[in-house]
Amino acid sequence: MGRSQLAFVLSTLMLLAGGASAADVKLVYIGEISGSIAVSGGNFRDGIILAVEEINAAGGILKEKIALSQLDTQTNPGVARSQTQKAIDGDPYVVLGPIFSGNVKATMQMLQQAEIPHLIGGEAGELTALGDRYLFRTSFGQQIGMPKIANYIRDELKAKTVALIWVNNDFGKGGRDNLLKQLAERNIKLVADVSTESGQVDFAADVVKLKAANADAVFVYSNEEECARIMREARKQGLKGPFVGDTTLLSQKTIELAGDAANGVQGHVGLTADAPIPAVAEFTAKFQKRFNYKPDHNGIKGYTAVYAVKYVTEKKVGKFDRKAFAQTMHGLTITPQDEPAILIETTWDNTGEIDRISFLAEVVGGQQKITKILPKLGK
Amino acid sequence: MADILQLLVAGLATGAIYALVAIGFTLLWQTSQTINFAQGEFVMLPAFFVLIGTGYFGLSFWPAVALATVVSVVVLGLLFKRLIVDPMMRHGVLPLVIATIGLAIFFKEAVREFYGADAQPFPPVVAATEVTVFGVALALQSLVVLAISIAAVVALQLFLSGTRTGRCMQACAQNPTVARLLGIPVERMILYTFLINAALVTLAAILITPIYLAKFTNGEWLGLYAFIAAIIGGFNQVRGAIVGGLLLGVIDNFAAAYLSSQYRMAIPLLILIVVVLVRPQGLLGRIEERTV
Repeated sequence: MGRSQLAFVLSTLMLLAGGASAADVKLVYIGEISGSIAVSGGNFRDGIILAVEEINAAGGILKEKIALSQLDTQTNPGVARSQTQKAIDGDPYVVLGPIFSGNVKATMQMLQQAEIPHLIGGEAGELTALGDRYLFRTSFGQQIGMPKIANYIRDELKAKTVALIWVNNDFGKGGRDNLLKQLAERNIKLVADVSTESGQVDFAADVVKLKAANADAVFVYSNEEECARIMREARKQGLKGPFVGDTTLLSQKTIELAGDAANGVQGHVGLTADAPIPAVAEFTAKFQKRFNYKPDHNGIKGYTAVYAVKYVTEKKVGKFDRKAFAQTMHGLTITPQDEPAILIETTWDNTGEIDRISFLAEVVGGQQKITKILPKLGK
Repeated sequence: MADILQLLVAGLATGAIYALVAIGFTLLWQTSQTINFAQGEFVMLPAFFVLIGTGYFGLSFWPAVALATVVSVVVLGLLFKRLIVDPMMRHGVLPLVIATIGLAIFFKEAVREFYGADAQPFPPVVAATEVTVFGVALALQSLVVLAISIAAVVALQLFLSGTRTGRCMQACAQNPTVARLLGIPVERMILYTFLINAALVTLAAILITPIYLAKFTNGEWLGLYAFIAAIIGGFNQVRGAIVGGLLLGVIDNFAAAYLSSQYRMAIPLLILIVVVLVRPQGLLGRIEERTV
């Protein structure tokens, strides 16, 4: 075999081996690219891609380009586990995702044992209470958001009774348990507790049950597509509301899918592309230009997660050391002065839970309108 | 009482859509012994034809619906018969069934590849408002879906029994050999059933997609429900498919409201098992005997 043939064979083998050169830093996105919450997973992925493109164009992390791999969980915990094993075998520096709380639960132990930091999109309350020292959120857990929304129901809506419709998965159950606790503490009575399935398409019967409850407020807690279908069915059947929810109910994707049916929806959003913050507006414009659609909170989560990795690695650790990365993240605060692309000042506590400012919002004329900015819990 | 009436109307509206899709199953079975396991994807696809019409060609909704109907009739009627059914039919029912399962996967993945895995908004036929009937507020959309579906079924029945072509199609369904001896162009009549099926699934798509949202997975549920409806009602009778569809829609809604939303999918399957055990030909079906 001649030298040129040998070089060709070697370069082909390198390409087949994954395409990343030895000098690249490997980030892996394990996320819901298809399946019932593909909306969220797709947004998160595109946020990551945007950040990776920007960072690579600016020279990478510690002068090493990011080699990003994408692994689809299909919103299925079994697939998520096999994809996680595949990711671990590739020896990544950091794993980004999953978004679906059930998938996070199914994979976190594997990543913890492999000592790989993972920045998750899952919001189920219990995820940060399971002792995983390598897990970090990119958005609030439900235990952070629910007290704020319960206060809103009591103080702004003056509601004495609430009808709840929720999705029966880890995300929905966690939200329901947290909300019920918060409502009970505020003497707000739950008059309907309607469980629905992930990926459900027909909500006619569920909305009839909500109507029969005749509550002062209707709390909708599900994933974006299901939230949109619930709102369409609710308007179709003339259910008056007011409709309240946490981030997903007011997300840009829910508003797009629900159309006019989303108007009047109120609630709490942890992150939003409509935040009255110039850096967020700049990110939204960049994202929209790159992907031709408006991001929701998951797009921001993916984007800021990559920049958090960059900041911690370059400015705090100074080398690619996974253990040191995880240790540094605990108790860390990154401000927009430290890293402009973090967009909003963000703090991680010793469990990986996140703290930021958040927002009260209402959907008006098909747009999310921020009505109040709530401070960080730690302030 | 108001709850029951609301559930009944919502169930009938959804059931009427299942019935439209189930009728397609029975028509194809009667005339060509075709079981189309891509029938659910046949309902999913026209919604995306409409979205392509509005999104890519800038058409308003109703012209896009007209375009989607034409495209559906050509692709899901004519081309489906010519390219899939005719070549496979010579090899028996089973290879055709497997081919339609493959076609379902192809359609699903093609839509996902072309349009993405996200759901897409789809405009309703009428605005979301309610009307009061006997003091009970009912969703206008449900009533309109029900009315359009009934009108479509009545029109189909009138066509089948009141026109020469319709009677020829029935003759082909009952006995193609005798129909051929009588000079009826059997192949053309079979083609008509495929075209009618394509029109029915397009109508079902226009009615169901505002509720489900346009998504590549929509066909999974719809195909399964319509297939169950056709078996419950009687796979060889159009009126059986209608009864099966309506029954399934109503039972599904009442089960979700009063039994369990978690097990709502199990209820139709339980009914299917009972019907197959007690009355295998379906509620309104007739027993088919074959010479062996």
